[in-house]
Order: sequence, then C-alpha cells, then structure tokens
Amino acid sequence: MSTKTQIPLVDYLRLGDRPHLVATECTSCGARFFDRRNACASCFGTEFTEAEIATDGILKSFTIVTFAAPGVPVPFVAGVVDCDGTSVRANVINTEPDDQHVKLGMKVRLATTSLGTDDDGVEAVGFGFEPAEGANA
Amino acid sequence: MSEDVFILGINMTKFGKHPDLDIQDLGAQAAMAALADGGVTMGDMGIMAYGNLIGQSFGQQLQKQIGQTGIPVYNVQNACATGATALRTAIMAIKAGECDMGLAVGVEKLAGAGLLGAGGGGGKKKDGHHWEPSGRFGAVTGTDGRIGTQQMPGTFAQVGMEYLYENDYEGTPFELFARISVKNHQHSTLNPLAAYTKAMTLEEVMGDMMIAYPNTRPMCSANCDGAAAAVVVSAAKLKTLSKEQQRRAVKVSASILTSDPWQEACQVLPDVNTLTRVAARQAYEQAGVSPQDLDLVELHDCFATAELVHYDNLELCEPGGAVDFFESGASWRDGSTPVNVSGGLESKGHPISATGIANIWEVCHHLRGEAGDRQIEGAKVGLAHVIGLGSACGVHILEKSAA
Repeated sequence: MSTKTQIPLVDYLRLGDRPHLVATECTSCGARFFDRRNACASCFGTEFTEAEIATDGILKSFTIVTFAAPGVPVPFVAGVVDCDGTSVRANVINTEPDDQHVKLGMKVRLATTSLGTDDDGVEAVGFGFEPAEGANA
Repeated sequence: MSEDVFILGINMTKFGKHPDLDIQDLGAQAAMAALADGGVTMGDMGIMAYGNLIGQSFGQQLQKQIGQTGIPVYNVQNACATGATALRTAIMAIKAGECDMGLAVGVEKLAGAGLLGAGGGGGKKKDGHHWEPSGRFGAVTGTDGRIGTQQMPGTFAQVGMEYLYENDYEGTPFELFARISVKNHQHSTLNPLAAYTKAMTLEEVMGDMMIAYPNTRPMCSANCDGAAAAVVVSAAKLKTLSKEQQRRAVKVSASILTSDPWQEACQVLPDVNTLTRVAARQAYEQAGVSPQDLDLVELHDCFATAELVHYDNLELCEPGGAVDFFESGASWRDGSTPVNVSGGLESKGHPISATGIANIWEVCHHLRGEAGDRQIEGAKVGLAHVIGLGSACGVHILEKSAA
C-alpha cells in the first residue's frame, strides 16, 4: 500500500495546504518555463532555480472548446492567465462555460480539481483557475 | 547583393475533394502546369524542393511520375509554412548560384481530416491503472483539455482574443471575428479554385457549429486536397528567355523565413506575432517597399481570429489598430489594402503544404493581370504570408515585372 495519497497532474503543480504552481527560472536572465529544461531558450544559460507562481491572476485570453479530440470532455474553457507577470496556461473552472460568465480581463485564482483515484488509492489532482470573488459582476 | 529571382511559372490545382487523385497525381498536376506556364520542362530544372506534411511522401516519388533527371531534391517540412519553405529553398539555391532554375512543389491530401493538433487526452494505457508521471511536464495523464487546449481552433482563438484584451476592445468579440469570415467567404465567390465559394451572412457564420469560441466552423480553415507549384529562375537566365516569358515573370522582391524568437509566454500560448513582425520588417526592407505600397495581401487566416492579428503584425495598420483597420473596410477587395481576395484559407481551403505556394500563385495572378473576375486592377506589388505553428513564418513580396 502506497503511503502517497495524492499525485499532481504535472510536476509544476505543488499540492499540500497551499497548492501553487512553480516555474523553472533561469538564474541568469529570469526566463520562466514549466517543462524539464536542457537550457534556457532566451539566453542559453544552463542554471535554473525554482520560482513560485502567484495564485491570483488576470485572464488575458480564452476560448471555449466545444469540439475536441476523442476522449476530451467538452465544453471546457481554455485560457491564459497572467499571474503577476508570468503567463500560465490553464482551464477556467467552476464557472459556466459561456461568454456571459467568462470575460477577458476577469480576476481568477488557482483551484485544484480531482482527476480520480488509481488502483493503489492514489488520487491525481489537477488545477485550473476559477473566478475570484467580487470579479465579473 | 545576390542575383534577383523571378517566378517564371506557377500553378495551383482546384482545392477541395479529390478522391480519385493520389498525392503524386495532385503534385504532378500542379508541377506540370507550372512548368508549362513557364514554358520550360523538367529538363531545365536544377533543383526540386518538395513539401508534404501529413502524407509523408517524397519529391522523388513525384520525379518518378514527371521526370527523373538526377537533380537534387530537398524534401522539406515546416508545418503550415511548408510550401513557402519549399519555395524559399529553391530561391536560395538560385541565389547561391548552384543553378539558374528550380521547381518548388507543395501538396497535401487532407479532405475529411478532423482537428489537427495534439492527440487525445487518454494518457498511458497499461495493465491496471496507476498514475505515473511521464514526459517533460511529468504529466500523469493527457493534458489536452485539462490544461488548456492543444488543438488549432482553440489555440488560434486565444491568439485573437489576447489581441483584443491587449488593445482594450469593448465590442463583442464573436461578432467581430465572424464579420472577418463573412468578408473572406464573400471574396471566395469570385475564385473558381476555392474549395468553398458560397457567400455567407453574418447570421449564417455565427449560427454555424461552434468549434472553439469564437471560431465557428466557417471561421476555421477547411481541410482539403490540393497542390501548388512554382518555377523560379535567375534574372540572368530570364534575360535569355522569350519576351513573353519575361513579361509574365514576377519578381520575388523579398523572400523571408523566420522562427519564433523567445518571448515571455511563447511556450505557454504559441506566439505567432513576433516572428511575423520580424519577417514583415525584414521583407519590407529587402524589397524596399512599404506596407502602403501593397496592392493586395494574402495572409494566413487559418482561423478568423488569426486574420485580425496579422493586419497588425504585417504593419497594414497602426500598432494596436487592427480592429479599426478592419472596421474601415480596408481589407475588403474594394478597400485600400485588399486582404485574402482569394477567399482565404477559411473558404479557399488549407491543404497544408500547398498553401504557402498557392497564396503566391494568387498574388502572381493579379500582378500578371490574369485574375479574371476577381482581378485587383493595376496591381503591381503584393505580399504573401504563412504561419506554421511551432513556429515558422514565411513572407514573400512580389512585384510585377518591369519588362
């Protein structure tokens, strides 16, 4: 029996009491990435540090996908969130997926979502951004 | 400065469904017609550059149908910029002095293909069910649909929506983008080679099947079959050809290919803007023309949301002024800078590798005064632009021959 009860959807999602995203940040130019790196695409440096990403952000673009690849449930809202200067790709969750509820420039915050449990009882946890209180009257 | 290069012959097939033609048939149709258009044969060619993305075919297979002369073949792939890359490869060979004539071919069989982009969201299939991180993100399952979208319609939808956000647009995005599509579908009614030639009202465009808001089906480029080919020639060689060949030759005033320079967020949402801006700037400088000199533009409207941002990227308007530019009517065929008078990818169709030569064909057709009902009168300078996601951008500026 595994002692681990949760696993994040991706390495750059950190779970626990205060779920947040982390970026791989180039120590020489500050460029931020979310994937495993060979080098920095901006300055070619090879030293990186981990940077915590703000959990509050602004939705700077979105689409509402109603026609997707097989196995991808629709509709869903895909967007880009400006988290204090770092852009993050994510779904917009916990809202109706239509252009009356999802607006450019709306304030959003990170939220986690369960993706189900495997045969060992480990729960995979994903993330999205949900409308922040007081936003989008 | 290396030698000038001219388009001597060029052709595109009818775009659409060609169930009875295979990739070699389509490629041969375009290539042989381009050779005939230029008044030359395979025996005159010093290089072949061949583009095909999805079919995984090779130029050598086409040679085996239309002429095996032993010349080098460069098989190129560059996403939706594959055709432009093939053309540019042939141009570079001439500029390098390796030959004085070359053939570029782009061909695709796509009719009936569905969404293009990443695969489904299934994740690894194994005995039993265990979450196990894999890949560069350490993902335990597929991320398409869980962390945004990896499909083209939604990706380019976000490209257009981001532009509206950055420029404080206060109108209704859906209707704005739908009206761009109405323009291109209206333009297509004059293009017999377009896959779809039916005018659509705003209500029809907005009421059609939603694919990825704000792009409905007619606002997306049409998957279809098609091919296009071009014969390019050096200025010196052109002088030895007939007066008629010289008269119809179109000057390649600029041939530019870029990839995307690193920008914040470019690995989060593909940045199709910066590399287009860089390519456009280089092209205007190389050609010695300004955006105001352009009589027509064929730009990469793979989705209605993409056309808007490229008005700005290609400097057809003031920075941030793409919406005003469109609202002024400038991009309609009777406007100051007609854009996509062919009907664009939304109606002409987008057989990926053919697209980057087909839009050159459209511009050449007008510069030669051979565009029939859709002729832009007196056209002297035109620009053709393509984007391949990932990314690659091709920009060519073409000028009517002085001869």
